[in-house]
Amino acid sequence: MHISSSIGIWIAAFLTLFVYSFLYKDNPFYKFAEHLVIGLSGGYYIVTVWTQILKPKLFTPLLQQGNLILIFPLILGLFMWARFIPKYSWISRWAIAFTLGVGSGISIPSVMQAMIIRQIQATMLPVGFHSYIGWMNLFIIVGVLTSLIYFFFSAEHKGFLGVSAKIGIWFIMIGFGATFGYTVMSRISLLIGRIQFLMTDWLGVLH
Amino acid sequence: MNIYEKMMSIDRRILFVLIALSVIIPLLKPLLLPINVTKEAKHLYEFVDELKPGDVVLLSLDYDPSTMAECHPMALSILRQCFSRGIKVIVTSLARPEGLGTAEMALTQAAKEYRKKNGEDYVFLGYKPNAAAVVLAMGENFRLAFPNDFYGSDLENIPMIKGLKNYKNIRIVVTVSGSAIIDTWVIYAGGRYGVPIGAGVTAVMATDYYKYLQSGQLVGLLGGLKGAAEYEKLIKHPDMATKGMDGQNIAHLMIVFFIIIGNIGYFLGKKAKASKGMGG
Repeated sequence: MHISSSIGIWIAAFLTLFVYSFLYKDNPFYKFAEHLVIGLSGGYYIVTVWTQILKPKLFTPLLQQGNLILIFPLILGLFMWARFIPKYSWISRWAIAFTLGVGSGISIPSVMQAMIIRQIQATMLPVGFHSYIGWMNLFIIVGVLTSLIYFFFSAEHKGFLGVSAKIGIWFIMIGFGATFGYTVMSRISLLIGRIQFLMTDWLGVLH
Repeated sequence: MNIYEKMMSIDRRILFVLIALSVIIPLLKPLLLPINVTKEAKHLYEFVDELKPGDVVLLSLDYDPSTMAECHPMALSILRQCFSRGIKVIVTSLARPEGLGTAEMALTQAAKEYRKKNGEDYVFLGYKPNAAAVVLAMGENFRLAFPNDFYGSDLENIPMIKGLKNYKNIRIVVTVSGSAIIDTWVIYAGGRYGVPIGAGVTAVMATDYYKYLQSGQLVGLLGGLKGAAEYEKLIKHPDMATKGMDGQNIAHLMIVFFIIIGNIGYFLGKKAKASKGMGG
């Protein structure tokens, strides 16, 4: 056992315990850690944005290297701040419109290709009843079609549509179940990470 | 309160203590439960393993301290695999500025283990906002997105970057992510520029990305601490994820046990109430 002599580790360890104290009940230690993380994240974000983005990628090239084209993003960025002045808040819409326009132009064709066309292609599978893969492909196709039918609300879910929607909801529920299982796994992993930190870095009982 | 009601309303603090113990005890006394490698993890490992020394991998460490427990072991394992095989690595961190510290921590640790030098064996480009624009810009030229590396060096003066222009010079992009940025890599880097993509994600996100595996848009996928432990097994370098898996298994068994207890209490309680109603 080798307890850490680093003040940073001690602070991190106590903050971890403060946060977990919420499991017993809400208390001032938890509140302190909660407020600290919000303030710290904000401060860290501001410093990082300045040192990693604004200074090296905007102000230095613009003011020291004379890269004048950067005036346009600077002006658009300043327009965003107009939201805080009610009389001129409409100016911020120009910057938002520019961002939305460029963003949509870039993303719509790529998203259509990668998330819709490729996914439809991946559903067009050869079905066969003499192999495991053939059955699995059929399973995927039925799952996709019945799940889509469940979200088709233009006709009453009766008869064939009703049966298909019912099968679809089973597929959806299995999907939710798998997601919930993974969520539990994720939360336990976070606990393991913290306990490993406390036992390894802080208390030194693990190596 | 009858026995069935008690079964359904165990004090949550008792459950918290039991879950904590089910994690702590296996860490102190490892059970060495087997870790089965899934084909998703194996495919990613094999893709990287087939690369030649000198090939370049772009590793985007798109996670921050909040998802470090799951993502950090994955990042370390992939870096270790690359460095042990003489593969060069370009590292970015595009999800959030908070991820810069964790990305640098993983990179410097793995580089130290394998005595790799910044600028020769790896380059850390850092963070830039608007991930989609950055991913697209790197498809044209890395210098467009990152004129300088994280430490301020001009990319033109970095030996490893000479001769590298864009994704055409990259064999695979691997994103280790605690956010939906993986979609950005798949849509823009994979969809538009055709570079193979591999991913490591937190368990809570894993089910969302199996669709990309089935469609061939992902080479491989690591899901949560289990995925990290699988990769540690594949590279034969067991570390924190492997050590955590015993606790993960026992905690899961504990949760399953209490779900069963709660359900037994519910159904038997309902049955008892019904028979009581019929009787009186």
